[in-house]
Amino acid sequence: MSAAFIEEPSDEELPARRMLDQDWRKVFKYGLLLALVLVFVALTNMPVNLDRRMLIEPIFSMGYLSLFWLPAVFGLVVCREPVLAGMPSYAKGSREVLAGSLVGLIGGAGLSFLTLLLDNFNLREPLVNWSPQLLELLSFQRDTAFGIAIWLPIGLVLGTFGGLTHLLSATTRRVLSWAFVSVIAFAVFETVILDLSEGFAWLGAEWLVDELYFIRGGLTMHGAAVLAAAGSLSAAFGRDRAHRAKERFQALEGTSRTRANTIGLLALAAALVILPLFLGGITNELLANVGLFVLLALGLNIVVGLAGILDLGYVAFFAIGGYTAGILTTANRGESWPDWMPQFYWGTALVVVVILAALAGLFIGAPVIRMRGDYLAIVTLGFGEIIRLLFLSDWLGGYTGAAQGVTNIPGVQVFGLATVKGTDPRAVFYLVLFFCAIAVYVSWRLERSRLGRAWMAIREDESVAEAMGINTVNAKLMAFVVGAVLASFSGAILAAKVGSVFPNSFIILVSIVILVVVIVGGMGNIAGVIVGSVVLIGILGGPRQPGLLQEFSEYKLLIYGVLLIWMMLKRPEGLVPNVRRTRELHQDEYLQDAWLRGEIDTDSEPEDDSHSNGNTGVLPA
Amino acid sequence: MSGANGTAPLLEMRGVNTHYGAVHILKDVEFSIYPGELVCLLGGNASGKSTTLKTLLGMVVPTTGDVLLNGEIVTDESISYRVERGVTMVPENRRLFKRLSVKDNLELGAFLRSDRSAIDADLERIFEMFPRVKERLSQKAGTLSGGEQQMVAMGRALMSDPKVLLMDEPSMGLAPALVQTNFELIEQIHSQGVAIFVVEQNANMALSIADRGWVLQTGRVVLDDTAEALLANPHLRASYLGET
Repeated sequence: MSAAFIEEPSDEELPARRMLDQDWRKVFKYGLLLALVLVFVALTNMPVNLDRRMLIEPIFSMGYLSLFWLPAVFGLVVCREPVLAGMPSYAKGSREVLAGSLVGLIGGAGLSFLTLLLDNFNLREPLVNWSPQLLELLSFQRDTAFGIAIWLPIGLVLGTFGGLTHLLSATTRRVLSWAFVSVIAFAVFETVILDLSEGFAWLGAEWLVDELYFIRGGLTMHGAAVLAAAGSLSAAFGRDRAHRAKERFQALEGTSRTRANTIGLLALAAALVILPLFLGGITNELLANVGLFVLLALGLNIVVGLAGILDLGYVAFFAIGGYTAGILTTANRGESWPDWMPQFYWGTALVVVVILAALAGLFIGAPVIRMRGDYLAIVTLGFGEIIRLLFLSDWLGGYTGAAQGVTNIPGVQVFGLATVKGTDPRAVFYLVLFFCAIAVYVSWRLERSRLGRAWMAIREDESVAEAMGINTVNAKLMAFVVGAVLASFSGAILAAKVGSVFPNSFIILVSIVILVVVIVGGMGNIAGVIVGSVVLIGILGGPRQPGLLQEFSEYKLLIYGVLLIWMMLKRPEGLVPNVRRTRELHQDEYLQDAWLRGEIDTDSEPEDDSHSNGNTGVLPA
Repeated sequence: MSGANGTAPLLEMRGVNTHYGAVHILKDVEFSIYPGELVCLLGGNASGKSTTLKTLLGMVVPTTGDVLLNGEIVTDESISYRVERGVTMVPENRRLFKRLSVKDNLELGAFLRSDRSAIDADLERIFEMFPRVKERLSQKAGTLSGGEQQMVAMGRALMSDPKVLLMDEPSMGLAPALVQTNFELIEQIHSQGVAIFVVEQNANMALSIADRGWVLQTGRVVLDDTAEALLANPHLRASYLGET
């Protein structure tokens, strides 16, 4: 992520600093921070919970991984400094290694101290995870003295390792990290790989998997060795080819570039259609869940990303879609409905869903869009809850089943060919894929339309947009309606997939998760929203949907929070930045730097493309 | 140029009173702007200058009185109705859509027009007038220098093919050297036959290029004369030009 800061070393020999010429303050600050983070992670009980999950049998569990990666990362980060123009830069040497070791040592001491405290005091009252199991884990199932002693060398070694990475050449670093990442990835994503191997059994995948994995989970020792070797080999030999392919692609211009893009998109589409045939149930289920959230996030992206309306009650439309589809298609609806009401076909119900969702969008949108900023966010938050409480209330409970919800919702019949329901995740995925394709197309067209331009103008400056003759009320209502319809699709599919809807499926957390998906992926960016869904929903899991890392489901919200804070600090444009938005965010920074260096005055400006290569291209007016 | 030659007024205010809540802002304001004129509105802080502009564009609805456009009463018509019929505002401090490209900004100026070929012709006309803008077309508007932003703001306003431009303090926030350029730009646009109604603090500069001027004081028009007469007016010189 921070590749931009690490410049390839230039040819000229840089001076190294003496080993003891340390920024002691920074070293201690990072060390103490590491100690705090380690103790915090230990007390979240993550290590104990994840200890059952073996990564490499029998030596290394995911519980230990949750602690071990931290000293290495802190040891690496403590000595990273951006190369500043006009400031002397230094070669990395023993100084960096020492700093890394010290940081690791202080962090290790934190865990030693925790081990000591765990043995002597019982703080279980406020700290529920203050348990003998944690003590056992921290002392590696031996006596406490061993635990206290061992964390110091462990921290030292891991921190030193982090510091040492500065000294490696770029190639070595790449080969090592690839070897490391392949082992960890194969170990962590074991469930999916096992699932995948079933589909590719005809390729001998099952034999391969049996060799790699231990019978009760975790990589075998020789499996890990093979993966490490494969990872490093692909890093050593594959990199140049990938690099060249990328350069070739970037060199393309005009129609050939468009053609390359089209071919890429077609290949992706084909893969999405064909691949699920080979995937097992777990992976297809994951993909279907990701798809549901892609639909939701694309809708919210129009409201928040394009029109700039911070809607915190977006789950309302998801709920309306789910309930409408559920009530219309089930035989088991609330008792207040007249008996003669037929059971509708899902496709017919969908028409009603769209109409109702659009009406709800208008109804909720009309009072809301007259507000701006914070007030708007607060009111939408309220509406999100109101809809859920209405479904739960006595007033509508006869129709919606109140707390019992709507159950026995049948699957979707597709031309009598297949029934799409939760027991067949592959079919659900195809249904979701179809609607995602529609949503992507609609978003893509809208972004480039007159309406899309009006939305962006409103997002930038509402009063001026109004002065340009844009009917801001209508445009904002349209954003609400389009967003509502996309969310209602997702709700209708959810109803058919799960077979039941409950008020609790539509809690406020869902709104927040969708918003986090949009922000993490990159606001106002279709590809970003999809990547955000894959990363958050696919890997970590949704509010009720398990992700790839099922073991982490307890810590999902913690990780969401950490991720969100880190993103806002380091990568505000999202994982897949919108080209326009990155330019703006980084150009601001760049302009500030240039101004501070005195290269710019009020009447001069940088060339547009200058930000990419740092500090050139400032032209006087 | 002025109303003396018998043409009908382009934009007119008749007995307009405006309130913000209970506060009385504009008091019986009456004036007319004729096609192709350059008129400036002077006045101190809180004299109601910006409210006058907002009332003309339709962002503020008067309590009593009427706004007329081409002789038609448009008091209750929407902003887009007026923009379509030739009234456009250049907002205070330029207010570009900073994160959108210069091209997008210009296109948004022509939001209500659908005649693609005429829009493209107008784009070309603007590039001719401001060659700098053409160079910066794909750049984000917020990254331009102050002077260039002013050009884009005026270009954006011209893209709606206006008959009258309402300019709110165009020289505010510009370096002194740019203020001069800015007024040259205004004259350039004026020379193409667009009527301009400019609200300014810089009375000397504004009057030097204007045909006529009004002075607004606590919501009332207290002076209404040709620019030369106003420049010579000792009362005005004392209160706005800082001379005794």
